[in-house]
Amino acid sequence: MIRLDAISWRFLKVWRRNLITYGKIWKVSFLTPLIEPILYILAFGMGLGVMIGEVRYGGATLSYVRFIAPALIAVAVMHNAFFETTYTSFVRMYYQRTFDGMLATPLSLEEIILAEIVWAATKAAAAAAIMLAVLGAFGYVAFPMGLLMIPAAFLGGLAFAGVGMVFTGIVPTIDLFNLPMFLFITPMFLFSGTFFPITNLPEWAQPLAVAFPLHHIVELARNLCIGVHETGVLVSIGYLTVFSVVFILLGLISMRRRLIK
Amino acid sequence: MDPIINVKDLTKKFKDVTAVDGISFSVEKGEFFGLLGPNGAGKTTTIRMLYGFSPPTDGTLEVFGLDIGKEWREIKSRIGVCQQENSLDPDLTVSQNLAIFASYFNIPKETALQRSGELLEFFALSHRSENKVAELSGGMARRLTLARSLINRPDLLVLDEPTTGLDPQSRYQMWDRLDALKDKGLTVLMTTHYMEEAQTLCDRLVIVDHGKILVEGSPRDLIAEHTGGNVIEIAGHEDAVIDFIQAHDIEYDDLEDRLILYTPTDAADLNNTIIDRFCVDKCTYRNATLEDVFLRLTGRELRE
Ligand SMILES: Nc1ncnc2c1ncn2[C@@H]1O[C@H](COP(=O)(O)OP(=O)(O)OP(=O)(O)O)[C@@H](O)[C@H]1O
Ligand SMILES: [Mg+2]
Repeated sequence: MIRLDAISWRFLKVWRRNLITYGKIWKVSFLTPLIEPILYILAFGMGLGVMIGEVRYGGATLSYVRFIAPALIAVAVMHNAFFETTYTSFVRMYYQRTFDGMLATPLSLEEIILAEIVWAATKAAAAAAIMLAVLGAFGYVAFPMGLLMIPAAFLGGLAFAGVGMVFTGIVPTIDLFNLPMFLFITPMFLFSGTFFPITNLPEWAQPLAVAFPLHHIVELARNLCIGVHETGVLVSIGYLTVFSVVFILLGLISMRRRLIK
Repeated sequence: MDPIINVKDLTKKFKDVTAVDGISFSVEKGEFFGLLGPNGAGKTTTIRMLYGFSPPTDGTLEVFGLDIGKEWREIKSRIGVCQQENSLDPDLTVSQNLAIFASYFNIPKETALQRSGELLEFFALSHRSENKVAELSGGMARRLTLARSLINRPDLLVLDEPTTGLDPQSRYQMWDRLDALKDKGLTVLMTTHYMEEAQTLCDRLVIVDHGKILVEGSPRDLIAEHTGGNVIEIAGHEDAVIDFIQAHDIEYDDLEDRLILYTPTDAADLNNTIIDRFCVDKCTYRNATLEDVFLRLTGRELRE
């Protein structure tokens, strides 16, 4: 059971708490989205790209680096959001008892959890913004269209934050997050049209890949950064929206079952 | 006027345990009320229901005359809670902890700043305001938790073992602060395992065991009622003692290695006779305390 009537704008106070805490470590947190794309570009562009040459995708011919650059942003969105509502939220919930403290204030559990999810999406969008700047500097992002990737990253972040929260409501110990990482995040990382078009997959696997939320973030990223796509923008936005709503609700249910005894 | 807390037949069941088993009590405005009981008695569970953390299985629970099921937000905004487990934000400084907690109550920034200054002063933490919480000692962290629970100027303060783990100095200081709050007319509900603390601070208290209330009353009345007022402890006694006390109808507990006699304060002759005749080796004669009442009522066996 969840109480949607218990959700008010007060949730932004919890979001703000996370922002302030993050403000203390932001320099470290900014390093990953700053450096990671450069490493990928070097490895894939100078190493793998030379062997692969060009990719036919969405009616265009792209160099391999151009093909994967937008996908790197999508992958970062997934990782940031999922990591935040799994490992980080678990630490706050279990080790720091932050939610217990908050529950002794006028905040509702739903507000606290929603704030965690929205915060995770915010972090994903911030990571996307930094990567857009870096990849833009290499000429892999067309501005101003590419800036729309920031709200798209927020939407994609909500989807993965919701899924992460469902797991946080279930896992008995923090080590067990390895399981969804291995069963859910890694396959998605590899098979969502990130490093090769999903048309390269066997027929039977293609619908599965299309069902991956990461696929839709990748599609949005390619469309917004370089104007090439195979799935319609509205389809991707619609899919991610529905996916987010469903998993945020499931996340709220899962956390209420875990915490309210 | 409505009592501040009104609890009737309150029950909480977890899967296979009944943690709280139909308790009823009320706390009046301005009262310092104690909730005592051994480990696992159901104190924390009761408190969690009180501030809306945990929904009751059965019974009614009103705070400020409001229903916790419906008007939880109003109730929670007027309560201050100091939980048993530390829930301070380790990533933040002392003053940030207060400021952010205040924001959850929608307290304006300036007001929060002013109150947090006052509270840090009141709890002797001003010199630590810029320290990270992780750098505080246990006693300081406890004081900060208490300060945090007062940031919303609550009409009811709920304290779950506020002094557990503190050294005697910190504990006395905490009592002093709690006493000051009591003098200001704050209504307080407190749990503690220190009977001395309950005896000094509480106007009235209940002793709970296995989720049920055993007794209710002021510390003084409970001591008079359940002990008589005096205690004589005799170690390594002879059978003659037992014959004597049974002949004189004296209440006692036989702990094998020790006898504990509960005698009336006004029976000086009797007390002297017992001491003269039977205090061979180790023997203590003292005023009865709440701890004697507690042990008599809840037994001396260890809890799981
Ligand atoms: N979430 C829970 N699930 C199952 N059982 C629980 C839960 N919380 C408490 N209990 C059980 O309920 C009983 C009362 O626990 P509670 O924490 O209220 O005791 P307490 O009086 O606060 O004890 P202490 O003095 O040790 O803090 C215990 O038997 C405990 O194991
Ligand atoms: Mg307890």
